[in-house]
Amino acid sequence: MKLMGLVWANLFRKKTRTVLTLLSLVSAFLLFGLLQAVSNAFSAGADFVGASRLVTQARVSFTQSLPMRQLRQIESVPGVEAVSYQQWFGGVYQDPKNFFAQFAVDPDRFFTVFPEWVLTDAEKERFRSIKASAIVGSQTAAKFGWKVGDQVPLESTIWPTQDGNKSWIFEIAGIFRGKDSEWDARANQMFINFGYFDEERQFGRGAAGIFTSKLKDASQAPVIAATIDGMFENSPDETKTQSEKDFILGFAKQLGNIGLLVNYVLFAVFFTILLVVGNTMAQSVRERIPELAVLKTLGFTDFTVLFMVLAEALLVCVLGALIGMVGAVLLLKFATVASGIALDAGSSTLWLQAICAAVILSFAVGVLPAWRARRLKIVDALAGR
Amino acid sequence: MFSTLNQISAITLANLRTLPSRIGTSLVIVVGLAGVVAVLTSLMAMSNGLAATLSTTGKQDRVVMLRASSETELNSVLGRQDMDVAKQAPGIAKDASGTPIASAELIVITELLPIGQTKGGVNVTLRGVEQMAYTLRPEVRIVEGERFKPGLREAIVGRAAQSQFSGVTLGSTVRFRGADWKIVGTFESGDAHESELWVDLETAQTSFGRPNVYSALIAQLESAASFDAMKSALMADPRMKIELTRERAYYSAQSEQSTLGIRILTTVILIIMGFGATFSALNTMYSAVSTRTKEIATLRAIGFGGLPVMVSVLAESMLLALVGGVLGALIAYLMFNGYSLNTLGAGFTQVAFSFQVSAQLVATGLILSMVIGFFGGLLPAFSATRMSIPTALRAG
Repeated sequence: MKLMGLVWANLFRKKTRTVLTLLSLVSAFLLFGLLQAVSNAFSAGADFVGASRLVTQARVSFTQSLPMRQLRQIESVPGVEAVSYQQWFGGVYQDPKNFFAQFAVDPDRFFTVFPEWVLTDAEKERFRSIKASAIVGSQTAAKFGWKVGDQVPLESTIWPTQDGNKSWIFEIAGIFRGKDSEWDARANQMFINFGYFDEERQFGRGAAGIFTSKLKDASQAPVIAATIDGMFENSPDETKTQSEKDFILGFAKQLGNIGLLVNYVLFAVFFTILLVVGNTMAQSVRERIPELAVLKTLGFTDFTVLFMVLAEALLVCVLGALIGMVGAVLLLKFATVASGIALDAGSSTLWLQAICAAVILSFAVGVLPAWRARRLKIVDALAGR
Repeated sequence: MFSTLNQISAITLANLRTLPSRIGTSLVIVVGLAGVVAVLTSLMAMSNGLAATLSTTGKQDRVVMLRASSETELNSVLGRQDMDVAKQAPGIAKDASGTPIASAELIVITELLPIGQTKGGVNVTLRGVEQMAYTLRPEVRIVEGERFKPGLREAIVGRAAQSQFSGVTLGSTVRFRGADWKIVGTFESGDAHESELWVDLETAQTSFGRPNVYSALIAQLESAASFDAMKSALMADPRMKIELTRERAYYSAQSEQSTLGIRILTTVILIIMGFGATFSALNTMYSAVSTRTKEIATLRAIGFGGLPVMVSVLAESMLLALVGGVLGALIAYLMFNGYSLNTLGAGFTQVAFSFQVSAQLVATGLILSMVIGFFGGLLPAFSATRMSIPTALRAG
C-alpha cells in the first residue's frame, strides 16, 4: 500500500503529459463504449427474449402474409400452449421522422403469449371492448405526450380503409410497461385491435404477417418448429419457423455486418493508443532511471520496481477507461432518448469488456518499460551510462 | 524579413534531419493520424458508395407511380384500373407501334442466403415486370444467358445480387412459395436494380397469389418537362388515389435515408478519434520539444528568433501528420476500394454497393490530418519559444 503513494506521486511528475495521455485514453474508451453498445444492440441484443416462443413467417419473406386458417393448425400442434398473430401496420404519426412500430393483434391472444407487457385489468378490458383502440408502450406515449383516452390519427403507408383513404384513428386504451427495466426500455411499439383493423382494411383480410407460438416446454422448440413447417410444406403458403431470438437477430443481419465494422474501427483506435501510451511510459521510465537506481540502492527489490512501473500503467489505463466509459454511458442515455433505439448503456457485459481491455492494454504498454526498470544495474544507472 | 525566412528554413531542415533519432516518438503522430484517416476514409467510402449506387438509379425523365402516401414500392398496392388509366395519361412516351413505354410492376420480397452463410436469409427484391421494362430501362443489359420468357417461371438476376447471394447462379433454380424458378440470365445496370431478381409480371402475380395486384407503374416521359402535365392529369382524376414522383427523386430520397445512419456514426467516430489524435500529437510534440530543450536554447542564445523556432516545431508536426494521413489513405484504399457489401435499403430489401475511395475523400483526409498536426504542434511550439534560455541551457 505504501507503494501506491509513490505510484500516485509519479503520475504527477509531469502533469501535462499525464493529462494528455489520460485524454487520449478517455477518447479511446469513449469510442469503445459507444461502438460496443451499438454492436451489442445489434448482435447480442435479443438475449432478453426467452427461448419459449417460436415465430412462424412465410418462407418467401415475412412481408408476405399468411392465411388465418393456419392459426388453428399451429394451435393443434402438441406442445404449443397458445398462438398470437400480428400484422405490420406501417403507420405514420404526423411525420415519417416520428417512427415507431405498430402491429395489429388480437388482445386476448396477445396478453397470453406476451405476459412481459404489463397493463392494468381495466386497460386490458378497454382494449378488448373499444373497437378502434390501441395500446401503446410507455416510451412512445411519453415521447408524444399521449394519455389514455386520447384519439391518435395515423396515416398507414400500406392499408387503405374501406373508403380508399389511408387515415386511421385509434383511441389509446392503455399504456403498457415492461416487466423489468430491460423490457421497459423496449416499450416503444403500438398494438392495434386486430378485429377492427381487419374489418376496416380494403384488402388482405383474413391474413396475418406472422404467428407467434408460446411453447409449454422450451426444449421442444426445434421439434415443434419442424412440425409446423412440415404441415405447410409444398403448399402455396410454406412457412419458416424459428425462435423469437433468431427472428429478431434476422433484422440486425439485414443491416450487414456491423460487428465487423466496429471491430475494424476499434482495432485502429486501440493500436494507436497502445503506441501513444507505450511511448509515454517508456519515456517516463527513461527520465526516471537515476531515481529508480536510488530506490534500488535503498533496498527496493527488482520485482518491486517492476511492479511499480506496471502499477503506474494500470492506474493510467483504468482511470482513462473509467472516465471514458462514464462519458459513453451519459452519451448513450442521450442517444437512446433521441433515437428511440434501446442502447444498453449500463450493461455489465459492456463494463466487463472495458475493464478487460484496460487491463490488457496496461500490460501491453507497461511490460517493456517495467522490464527495463527491473533490469537496471544500480552502478550504471547512477553513473548515467 | 529575409533573415527570418533564412532562419526558419535553417532550423526546420536541421530539425527534420534529427527526426530519425526520434523515430519512436515521431511514429506516434504518424500512426495516430494514419488510424484516423484510414477510418474516416473507409467509412466515407462506404457511405459514398451506397449513395452513388442509389442516386445513379432512376432518370429525371421517368416517373414512379405509387398508391398515395406509400413512401416505397413495397408498401404500395394498386389495381388493374389504376394501371390502365395511368398508361393513357398525357406526357408518357410511346414506342414506334404507339404503345406507351411503361411497365406495371409487382414487388415481392424474397429471402436469399448471403454467400458463406447457412441460415438467416436476407430480403431481396423480386420484381415482376412487363416486357416493356427493357425498352423503358435501356441501362439494363443482359450480359449472360437470355431474357425470361413470359408465362414461364424464369428469372434474370442482377450481377451485384449474384456476387452477394448464394443459389442464384445462371442455370440454377430457386424455390419460392412452393414453386421452382429457373435463372436464365444475368443482367448489369450499374444501379440499385442490379441487386434484384426480375421475372414476368403475370407469372409473379399468379405464383405469389396476387392476381391483378401491382406495386408501381414506371413510365418514360416524352421529356423531363412533361412531368407536370402527367401529374396534373392523374391528380385531377377522382378514381386515382396515387402519388407521382420523378424516378431520380424517388431514389435520391432513399439514398438520404439509407446513408443517414452511417453519416451519424462517421461524425461521432471522427470527432472522438480526432480529439484523441490531437492529444497524442500534443504529447509527442511536447516530448520532442523537451528532449531538444538544450538545442533550442542554444539556437536562441546564438541569435535565432522565437518565430523560426516556433515554425520549425509546427512544420515538424504537420509533416509527420501528413505522412500519417497519406499512409492512412493508402491503407483505406488498399483494403476497401471496390470492396462490395450489401445492406438494407429504404425499400426494406438489400442493396449491394461498392466502397469508393475517391480523390476528394483522400484530399479531405489529408487536410484533416494537417489540421490535427497543426493544433497538435501549436502549443508545444509556443512553449518552445517561451522557455527561459539560461535555465534551459543549464538543464539536464
